[in-house]
Formats: sequence, structure tokens, C-alpha cells
Amino acid sequence: MKNKYSIFSLIKNAFSYHENWEKAWKDPEPKKEYDAIIVGGGGHGLATAYYLAKKHNMKNIAVVEKGWIGGGNTGRNTTIIRSNYLWDASAGLYDHALKIWEGLSQELNYNVMFSQRGVMNLAHNLQDVRDLKRRTHANRLNGIDAVYLNTEQVKKFCPIINTSPDIRYPVLGGTLQKRAGTARHDAVAWGYARGADQMGVDIIQNCEVKSIKRNGDSVEGIETTKGYIKTNKIGVVAAGHSSVIANMAGLKLPLESKPLQALVSEPVKPIIDTVVMSNAVHAYVSQSDKGELVIGAGTDDYVSYSQKGSHDIVEGTLNAILELYPIFSRMRMLRQWGGIVDICPDASPIISKTSIKGLYFNCGWGTGGFKATPGSGDLFAHTIANDEPHKLNAAFNINRFVSGDLVDEHGAAAVAH
Amino acid sequence: MTKNLRVKTTKLIDETYKISFKFNGTTYYGYKGDTLASALLANDIHLVGRSFKYHRPRGIMTAGSEEPNAIVQLHNNTSLTEPNVRATEIEIYEGLEASSQNCWPSVNFDIGGINNFLSPVLPAGFYYKTFMWPASFWEKYEYFIRKSAGLGKSPTKPDPDIYEHRYIHCDVLVVGAGISGIMAAKTAAKNGFKTLLVDEKSYLGGSTIYQNSENFKINNQTSNSWLEKEINEIKKFENLEIKIRTSVAAFHGYNFLLARENLTDHLPVEQRKNKTRHRLLKIRAKKVIMATGSLERPLIFDNNDRPGILLSSAIEKYANLFGVMCGEKNVLFTNNDSAYETAISLFKKGINIEAIIDNREEIDSKLIQETEKNNIKIYKGYTVVNTAGYKRINKISIMQLSKDGQKVLGSKISISCDCLGISGGWTPAVHLFTQSGGKLKFRDEDQVFIPDKYPSDQISIGSCNGDFTLNEILSNVPNSLRKFLNIKKTDYENLEVHSSFNKSKRNIWLLPSDKVIGKTKPFVDYQNDATAKDIKLALREGFRSIEHVKRYTTTGMGTDQGKLGNMHALGIISETAGSKMGELGTTTFRPPYTPLTFGTIVGRNVGEYFDIFRKTPMHDWHVQNKAEFENVGQWKRAWYYPQNGESMHDAVQRESKAARDSAGILDASTLGKIDIQGTDASEFLNRVYTNAWSKLSIGKCRYGLMLNEDGMVYDDGVTTRLGENHYIMTTTTGGAATVLGKLEDYLQTEWPELDVYLTSVTDHYATVSVCGPNSKKIVSQVIPDLDFSDENFPHMSFKNAKIGKIKCRVMRISFTGEHSYEINVQANYGKSVWEKCMEAGKEFNITPYGTETMHLLRAEKGFIIVGQDTDATMTPIDLQMDWIVSKKKYDFIGKRSLYRSDTIREDRKQLVGLLTENPDDVLEEGAQIVGDMNKSPVEMLGHVTSSYYSPNLRKSIALGVVKGGKNMMGQKLIIPMESKQINVTVADPVFLDKENKRLNA
Amino acid sequence: MFIINCPYCGEREQSEFKAGGEAHIVRPKQPTELSDDQWAEYLFMRKNIKGIQFERWVHTHGCRKWFNVVRDTSNDVIEAVYKMGEKPPTK
Repeated sequence: MKNKYSIFSLIKNAFSYHENWEKAWKDPEPKKEYDAIIVGGGGHGLATAYYLAKKHNMKNIAVVEKGWIGGGNTGRNTTIIRSNYLWDASAGLYDHALKIWEGLSQELNYNVMFSQRGVMNLAHNLQDVRDLKRRTHANRLNGIDAVYLNTEQVKKFCPIINTSPDIRYPVLGGTLQKRAGTARHDAVAWGYARGADQMGVDIIQNCEVKSIKRNGDSVEGIETTKGYIKTNKIGVVAAGHSSVIANMAGLKLPLESKPLQALVSEPVKPIIDTVVMSNAVHAYVSQSDKGELVIGAGTDDYVSYSQKGSHDIVEGTLNAILELYPIFSRMRMLRQWGGIVDICPDASPIISKTSIKGLYFNCGWGTGGFKATPGSGDLFAHTIANDEPHKLNAAFNINRFVSGDLVDEHGAAAVAH
Repeated sequence: MTKNLRVKTTKLIDETYKISFKFNGTTYYGYKGDTLASALLANDIHLVGRSFKYHRPRGIMTAGSEEPNAIVQLHNNTSLTEPNVRATEIEIYEGLEASSQNCWPSVNFDIGGINNFLSPVLPAGFYYKTFMWPASFWEKYEYFIRKSAGLGKSPTKPDPDIYEHRYIHCDVLVVGAGISGIMAAKTAAKNGFKTLLVDEKSYLGGSTIYQNSENFKINNQTSNSWLEKEINEIKKFENLEIKIRTSVAAFHGYNFLLARENLTDHLPVEQRKNKTRHRLLKIRAKKVIMATGSLERPLIFDNNDRPGILLSSAIEKYANLFGVMCGEKNVLFTNNDSAYETAISLFKKGINIEAIIDNREEIDSKLIQETEKNNIKIYKGYTVVNTAGYKRINKISIMQLSKDGQKVLGSKISISCDCLGISGGWTPAVHLFTQSGGKLKFRDEDQVFIPDKYPSDQISIGSCNGDFTLNEILSNVPNSLRKFLNIKKTDYENLEVHSSFNKSKRNIWLLPSDKVIGKTKPFVDYQNDATAKDIKLALREGFRSIEHVKRYTTTGMGTDQGKLGNMHALGIISETAGSKMGELGTTTFRPPYTPLTFGTIVGRNVGEYFDIFRKTPMHDWHVQNKAEFENVGQWKRAWYYPQNGESMHDAVQRESKAARDSAGILDASTLGKIDIQGTDASEFLNRVYTNAWSKLSIGKCRYGLMLNEDGMVYDDGVTTRLGENHYIMTTTTGGAATVLGKLEDYLQTEWPELDVYLTSVTDHYATVSVCGPNSKKIVSQVIPDLDFSDENFPHMSFKNAKIGKIKCRVMRISFTGEHSYEINVQANYGKSVWEKCMEAGKEFNITPYGTETMHLLRAEKGFIIVGQDTDATMTPIDLQMDWIVSKKKYDFIGKRSLYRSDTIREDRKQLVGLLTENPDDVLEEGAQIVGDMNKSPVEMLGHVTSSYYSPNLRKSIALGVVKGGKNMMGQKLIIPMESKQINVTVADPVFLDKENKRLNA
Repeated sequence: MFIINCPYCGEREQSEFKAGGEAHIVRPKQPTELSDDQWAEYLFMRKNIKGIQFERWVHTHGCRKWFNVVRDTSNDVIEAVYKMGEKPPTK
């Protein structure tokens, strides 16, 4: 790495007034042909390209992005990272990702600020308690560091939660995964982009896919706003727009794209040092390094690509926030925004081959894809390179919707953030 | 002794009303009408806070909601505390206490100021490049980063204030009560439109209201006196509602706007009690007129952030509106005529102006001539290259600009000053317009974005539409209003307007310096300390998109959302990257326009109103009898009734035993009840339940299982045939609403040919369930006229009856396995019937039991609870309930899914009973079930869904789901807990009375 | 938040309604005749269109009637509403 980042390189560059930093990634025009093209320059797409180059020695590849890299859900999510999922398949997938997160800054030589400040999930009724205990037991047997906390332990870990038994949704307990936490979302996209670029991957922004060219049952290339590009492997990682690309190839997916909103408060000095999630009242909150409270809201129930949701959702989320944290009443909402999330009926993703040879989809992450970014990229790269899934993503095939072998994460986590 | 910098009373300031307030612990005085900012300036205080990253001293920069620097903490360490309040927005009141933020130990001496000296190694994005070694140290670095970040402090006590919401539906909403907004509101109201006019300030009239100058006249009156008359007139319209201190926060689709009306923040604290603090207005307007005005732009040059540097228009406003001078040695720096307006205003008030620095070389206008007449020195074609003074500006250095504006020439001239006004022209406030989905266009001649395409029925008028001069406003606004409101004429045709303003401007986004840029600090985003060199660094590193630059440098991400600097950031990007401004786009302006208090958004939906509980008609009885409650769905249900300090375990054991030994009574009112009528009612039930219904005779009850279309169990309950075409269905407590919704969906959209009508009657009936061997004796006393003999009234049947004059429906059904009756009466009789049963049951020790005992009793019988023993992955076959799935029926909801390749697998998870080796070991619900602990990884076969100690069987019982469990009867399995392993045996899930003898006992 | 013109009640706030997904997916008359693939197509596969979508809504907090809406999902503009059973409008 000729352009290694460190405190020393910062000091060195300070002497030349930072005039000599190199581009984090180039901005090439597309070549005529690639061995593989990744459609979608979000975290998952860039990670896929990075691992294709790094682990599968595929260097003649490109990432095509309709807008700017990291501009979709990567740059809009609330950055929660955890792996305390119920089912074995999910636990395997997300813990694979979590293990990569733990060394990602060093691997990429880019500080993605992965901060293991813990994630707590709260129980508000007796069924929540059963569900969270069930999940904790499953996590323990799967080697995931989740523990169950009673109300006092919840209060101790996050003292600002209102644990009064008299509130509408009293805190009856919770789970804590200490290895879980948050990361700096933009840095993940930029770090993978820089890493991929250094291995020769072309990252092509402002390049929208217009159609997919097929020869019988195989793909041949893509028509883009920057011209036709030949390839016989296309990995689609287009999140909310997955169905749009699938429709180009004549495929239908079990997806609905819905608005998901989030908001931040004005920045304040440290007040909450962990991530707290509550499915029953639908509120989750953490505090960014900048000091903003980062609050996730829920999805609307209709399909929309407008990147706008309804105010009722935001209001409902803040209602819940004040139920659990009455001290935040005088805090102020600074910014609010929406993203488009592609949701599968079983709230689990698809990382899969399709009926068309050379066409692969990585989608359906719903409201919780950010946490999987490194694992998703790694496993999708494996699937594309070998034309076979890795054992960790075998369960996340498209065919499960035909056989009925769903990975239903609604059960223990109504919303799989 | 602080100076008094008051110059003259104005209409806004009431000098007879003195107000004391504290800033950083020292008491100062101001007048009614002052903002905290104007009052501080009057006391010669400029240094208010420290910046986010470098902790540089910062002062008041503006006089409005765009303020990036002067943000304070109010009422520190009290329940009224509030961080990040703009000193320019808060009106002072007696007892106001404000303090500086982001500094320690004080704003005058701040340890964090060391960051300013480290700034060479802290360029944009430095944290992405470092803190990576050693890997385990990030969280330690992060601790210090977090501590130094943040601005104010979060409150730590609950909020004593109240907030509320109001819905407003109007024909026309006018946002902004400057001259354009006043004209619009009057025109709309006069033409009969129900109109709402809102403005964020405490007064009407915008900046024109203090424009008392011979240079700006309408019909031969100064513009402010003309506007005052207009304001007096609009107050007379009954169909016009005017709201001041009301800031529009968001402009959503379909002309839905949110505005915050501030009702008490300007009042002394003791006058706020029991008053609503903020009201969130939820406005649906048929038409929206945006008259949001424009914001003055700063100029970007080295060290342009020192306390004492203000927008030129702010200096004018403080002098004209608040009667305060910002400095005694003022210098103005401009690229357009606006600063000359300020100069003339200050001159008239006798405030000293040292000089005006103007970027433009060849300039001439009436304003400039007048300025020169007053002997104010103008440096034409000059730029400021640096400033000095740590906590207050004391000097500027200026140099001549080259012809192309890219370089500076000649030698430096120093001018000493204590206040510098900067004016970079005006930016239309299009934030709300773009929030609504509006598209902008770029106007090259004065480098502004103005509204282009409107996404809804709205227009922008006045300076937010790029009409900056009085002439333009008065000629364009009436035209726009006529067209938009579809009216013939306005009051504003043929006005005689006199304006001396010349529109010439020399726009240079980043002013040149005599130093290399790397040595300078030209701030673009003041609050976040993002400089022009940071933006250039981002571009150098390949961040091309405006969004990338914004995120990498944090430009525009402060509490002011970059209202001042975003345009310059765009300009610098386009110049550096060689792209055209119009093509670059803008960053997205995200709601809210100004930060909105959470409490305001939430309104009254706090505490007990957050989500209202539903309570049964017998609720008060349960409370009186010391029941503990369980929250189920929206309901409060009696959970158990502890007696004499009993533990929950003891209470449940006692209740469970009593119910089987003699009699128990349960409030079952929360179960969902759906009345089903119509000639096709039976056929409808056939299609929605897995079992057959056609042959159920009138007066009989049947248990039904409902699936989702994916074959998984969705709900269950007993349905009774009341008549030929009349059924009553019961659902689970939590599922009532969704079941009704689902049934309506199928009925209306898939099977519209069926003659069926569904009505929710959950709230209409109270249900008293009496069970146990003595239940018959008890209910016969309560309903003496009814023949309770087994022949007349067998299990799973129903009777209409009367208790006195009260009609009731009695079902003989059982969820406990005991002989049992459910009495349904009109809800308001529920409590009296309950009490009658208690009275009649006295001799039988009738024992009220709650949901916990109900769960225990049904578990003894192996009855499932949907949602507890099932999740969304269990089919009826998995539940070993094949008997309820009709093989004969052609179709029912979910049937096809039962025959998919995965759902027919034999080794799916199946419901079984579990018995512990040690009968006193009660399993934990949710615990996992394992066959072989030596396998790696451990294979989890399933989990425990329900578990109790049964007082009737005197042993622990549990239900669970186990892979292939159906064929594992008698097999030993393991429940691995953290500290031990518990051995269990797979058993029949029916633990008690397999022959159902007790039903007829 | 939209304003939806319920064909039975007139214009109402979106908060009174619930969305029901893509319209005109008819439940197969003879599900047992279908292959697993065909059944999955009915059960799960959706067009999820970006652009003009025909979709179902129900006036939950009103008349409880289901009806169809034509909406542009790219900007949420509602183009038309029509009752269940009525022919979808053509441009």
C-alpha cells in the first residue's frame, strides 16, 4: 500500500499542507468488458468487489453505481451492528460479519470506527421475555456473546432508561451483546472503495444500468448510461432498487421496497454509551461520536421509491423514545431522512444465484443490512466466484420461497434491525 | 463595568421594561424585546461559545435562525435546561440563565483550544486515517473523541412542560410575514380564502419593518411606514389567522406542513406554569405561498470566524430594530450594495464606520454616493486577507484584488476595528421548497438557486424567489398572486416605488489570499469548523459528489444545517472541479428547517396517553382485589391475585388447584369477538378455518384454527353457531384486530360473491368464565331459569338465557379441561354478573384466577397458545393437530402451503410435552433443547415454549417444539442452561385427563 | 403524508388507511392444481414497481372498505382510485 494512512502520514502531510494526498479511489471510465460487474456501489457492493479481488483473485471487475458510492442505505442507516440472531443460519451469517468487523479498520487501513459499545434489546411484556430468553439461549449455544439481563441490570448498563414498572411498556428485562455496537457508515463504503480500487477494481459512479442483455439463459452484459459493458457475471446489490434491476432481467423477486426513516438530534456531550433497541415500542437509539442521538424509526406499509416516509412514523418513534427516555423531551431533532429498504417476507436476506446463469442477487436486507456488510460482501463474492453459495449463505437462497424453508426472523425480532 | 452600547430606542424595544438575566454566571440587563444576542451585544459581549472541532472562540454572527456560532445552554442543571439554543432566537425574560457550551473550564480559557494548534494534523477526515493502532485501542481513543465532541449537555431530568398538537386546514398558508408575505396574506384574505400567516419572529414585517430610509419608498412613504399600515389592515380580517413565533419545520408532500408555535419560551419561568409550551401545527393547506425571504451570505477569507465578525445585515438589524451597536469601530466588507444600506443606517444613528471594503472596482449607485458623501472611506476592488484578535476582532488586513479575482496584489493595508460586517449577497431561503420536492434552477447572473418546478399547489414569492429589490418585489408579487389565486386584481397595482439599490455584485466564492491555502483558515461551515481547504482536500482525495464532500468535511451538518455556508461549499467545489454550479446539484435540505424539540413532536402522547390501555368492565374489581396485571396486546389483564403477601408462585399454585378442586373464575372479556352474519356465513368459515363448518348445528360451538396463506398457524378460538346464518367467532386477545382485518380483506377482495357481514363486538360483551367441578352449581344459581343438565346443555354448546332482565349468552366451552361455562353479557353488566358469580360461588371457595393460572391449566391439558407455543413457523401438523385439518375440504386459507416440499418434511419442529428428570425442576421458557451435547457445533433441536410447576400433577410440566419430536416419545433430551444441564423426556403434550373426563365431571 | 380519496368517504388523511400491497394478484381458484413454483409466485413474488403501481388500500379507520389506488411509487403521487371489482383506469 503506497498511500498508507497513519498518524505519521498525517504529520508528514501536514508539512506540505495536505497537498499531496492521493485519491482514495480513481474515477475511471468503464472498460469494454469485465470478468464481473457489481451493480450497486453501496457498502455491500463495494465489499463484494473488494473480496472478489482479494480472495478470488478477480481483478478485472467493476462496480457500477447510479449515483455516488455509499449514497443509499449505507449512508442513511443508524449503523447498528450485532449478531444476536435467533436462527442458526442468521447467527452464522451475522456473526461471520461481526468477526470481520472486529478487524476491518486494520484490514482496510481505514478507520471505520467500529465501536463495540454493546447492543441491548428490551423486553416489555411476558412474551418478549420468553422470546428474548429463547434467543439468548440459542445465541449462547451458537457461540454468540449474548446475555439476558433483568430490569436492574438493564438500568445499570444504561442508567437513563425509565425502568419504572408503572409505564405503559415497562422494561421487564433485556439482552445484551457486548461485542455488538456501531460503526461510521460512510467510512465503510469509502474504506472498501479505496481497498478495492487499490487492487484494480474500477469504481464507476453516475453510471446507471438501463438493461441487462441475455443470451438465452445466460447474461452477456449491461447497457448503462455510460454505454454497453460486456460481462458474463453480474452481481446485483441494489437494495431498494433490486426489483427494478430484476425486472430488467425478466425476474420477479419476493421483495417490497418501503420507506424507512431515521433522525438525529442536535449533538450533545455523551449521555448514552450503548445502543438500546426496543421492538415493542419501536424505538432504538444510540449516540454518535459527534454527539448526536441517532434514532431509527420504522417502515411505512406501502411501496415507495421516493425516499420519504410519513410523519406519523417519526412521531410514533419519538413517542416511544420519550416513553423510555423522558429526559430527552427537550432535545431537538436536527435532521430527519428516509431510505428505501427491500424487505423479504421472512425478514431475511437473499444471497443467491438465480435461474439466469451469471446473474446473482444480494438483496432483501430490509431494515438491518448495514451490520452484515463485510460478511455479505465476502459470501456474495464467494457465490459469484464459485457459482455456488458458501455454506454460510446456502440457507439464504431464492428457492426457499418455493420450498417453504424460510428463515423467519420475525419470530424473535419483529423488526430485524 | 461593561459598556452600554444602546443607541436609540426602537419600537420593538421597551426601555421602560428592564430585564435581568445571567450569562456565564454574571448578571446583565436588557430590555423587553431583546433577544439574548442583542442584549449581550448591548453589554459589549461578543464571545459566546467555542467551535466544535478546534474550540476557537466564536461570537454572534447573525440575528436569526441561521446562527451557527452563538449557541448556548439554558438553565444548566435544572429540569428546564436546553442545549444548543441560538442566542439570536431566544427572547430574554426575567430570570433567564444562559451559559457557553463546548468549553472547559470556561469560554475565556478553554483547554480544548489546544486543538487549534494541532489543526495542521487534523484536516478533514483525519480520523479515518488514524487511531487504528493498536487495534484494541480504538474505544479508548473514542472515549476522548466523544468527550470533546457534542456541544451542549442533554437534560437529565424529565421535562416539566406540556406540548400539544393542532390540526389546521386552510385554503391558503403564507409562510413568512415579510413584505411579500403580508401582501400575499392580505390579498388571499380579501378574496375570501381561509388564510393562515405564520412567521418565526416575534413581530411581523420582516426586514422591511425597520427599513426607515429615504432610499426605499412606496407611494412616497418610507417602506416601513407603508408596511405598518398594511399590517394594521390585515389584522382586521376574520378569515385570516396570524401566528408569530411560529416556525415552519417541514414541508411534506400533499401540502402537509409542520410548524412549531412557541407559546411560552419568552415568558418568565413562573408565568409558564400550566401553559402549553409549544404547539405543533399540522397544517393541510390547499395552497401554499412561500415568502420565506433570503439569508445574507458571508464571505470566505482567512480567519473569517472571529468574535466581532457579523453579517452586515445583522449589524443593521441590531442597530435599527434593537437599538444596539455591535462595535464602536466598524468596518464593512462587501461584494454588493447591501453593506451600504447598513452603512447609511449606522451613520444615521451616529455609529462610527471606519471603512468599507468592496470587492467591486467600478461601482456606482445612489447608496454608494450617499455613503461617500458621509465621508466613509471605501476601498474599491479590495479584499480582506486576514483578521486578528483572539477573542474579539481587533484588526483586518486588506489587499487589492486582481482583475480576475483570483489573486491579491500590492501591499497589505491594516485597519483596526472591533467589528467587521460582511456581506456576500443573498441566498433565497428555498429549504422548505426543496423539502416539498421542488426543483431548483441556478441563476447565473447573481449566482443563486431559485425555485423552478413546483411539486404541489404552491408558489414562492419575494426574495425566496430571487426578487431581492423593492421594485422587483412590488412588481412581481402582485402578478404572481393574481395568477396563483386566480383573481382579477390586488391592492398593489400601480404603486409608486423608489429604490436606490443597485444589483451589481462580484461573486467570489473563496477570496484569494497572500498565503497558500494550506496556511489559511477560511471557514465555510463555522459551527463544524470546515474550511475551504478541507473542501479542496476532499476533492483532491477523489470525493467528487457534493454529498461526499459534505460528509467527508462535515460541511453543512451542524445545528444550522449550513444555512450560511452551503452555497460557498458548492461554489468552491464547482470552481475547483471545473464543473458548472447548476449541474452540480445541491445537497438535500432535510427537515426540520430549524431543530424541533422532541416534546413538540410528541405533544400529548406521553405518559399515560402514550398508548391507552383497554380495560375490561370488571377491571375495577380486579384492582380492588389486589390483582397484579399483565399487559396483553392493548389490554390490561389480571395476571394473578396474590393474597396476604403471597408470592406469584404461591398465588398461581393456589388458584390452579382451586380451579380443579372446586371452582375458578376468569375474566375472559378481552378475547376478540366477531359477529358473522349472512347466508354464506358457513361457507365463509369453511374457507377461513382448517376444519369443516357446514354441519355444525345451531347452538353448537367448535374450535377452529386459522392459518396464514403460507400455512402457518395464525389464530385460534371457538366459534358458535347462533342461528342458521349467524355465528360468533372468538379470537385471541392480541389477534382480534388483525384477524378481523384479514377476514374483511378476503371477503371484500377475493370472495365478494359471498353474502357475509363481519362486525367486531369485542367491546360490546363482557365474558365471565366459571370452571371447575362445582361450576355448574354456581352458574345454575346465577341463571336459575336455565336447564344446565348435560342432556340439555352438553359440552360445546350454547344457550340464550336471562339473568333477571339481562340477556346473556352462555357457552359451555373449556380452555382448562374442566367443566366450564362462559357467560357473555352486555359489557356494562359485566361487573355485576361477575359479582353475582362470586357471591354464588362463595360456598364453593370460588377462586378468581388470572392469565398465569389460565396458562398453567391449559398447559396441563396440552392446549396451545398461539404466539407462545407457536411462532410464524408452525403448521397445524407440526402442532400434532392433524385432526383439525380437513382432508375433504377443497380449499381453505393456507392449505396449499401445507404441501410444499419443506412443509411436508417429517423432521420439522413438532410440539411435544417435556417432563424433567427431577419433577421439581421447572424449565425456563425459551430454553433450547439439545439431543447430543458432544456434537460440535451443538445442534439445537428446538426450544421450551411453555413451562410450569403443576400443583395438580405435583410435578414440572413443559411444552416445547422439537425437530422430529412426533417420533421421539420417551426419548431423553437435554436442556443446557448456563450453569447446568437438565435432563428431560419427550412426552405426550396432554399431561392431565387424557380421556377428557373432567369436562363432564 | 398522502391524502387519499376513498371512493366511499372522500378525501381523508393517509393515517386513516392501511396499504395492502400490489393489486390484481388474484388468489388461484384451484391452489391444489398448482406446482410449488406457481404457488410461490402467487404467495411471495411481487413486481415491486418503481413508477405507476396498482395497489390495494383499506380505509381502516373509516368505512373499512378495500379499494384500489393507482400511485406513482417514485414520487408518491396518486393518479386514481377505483373500487374493488372495477376495471383499472387506463391512461
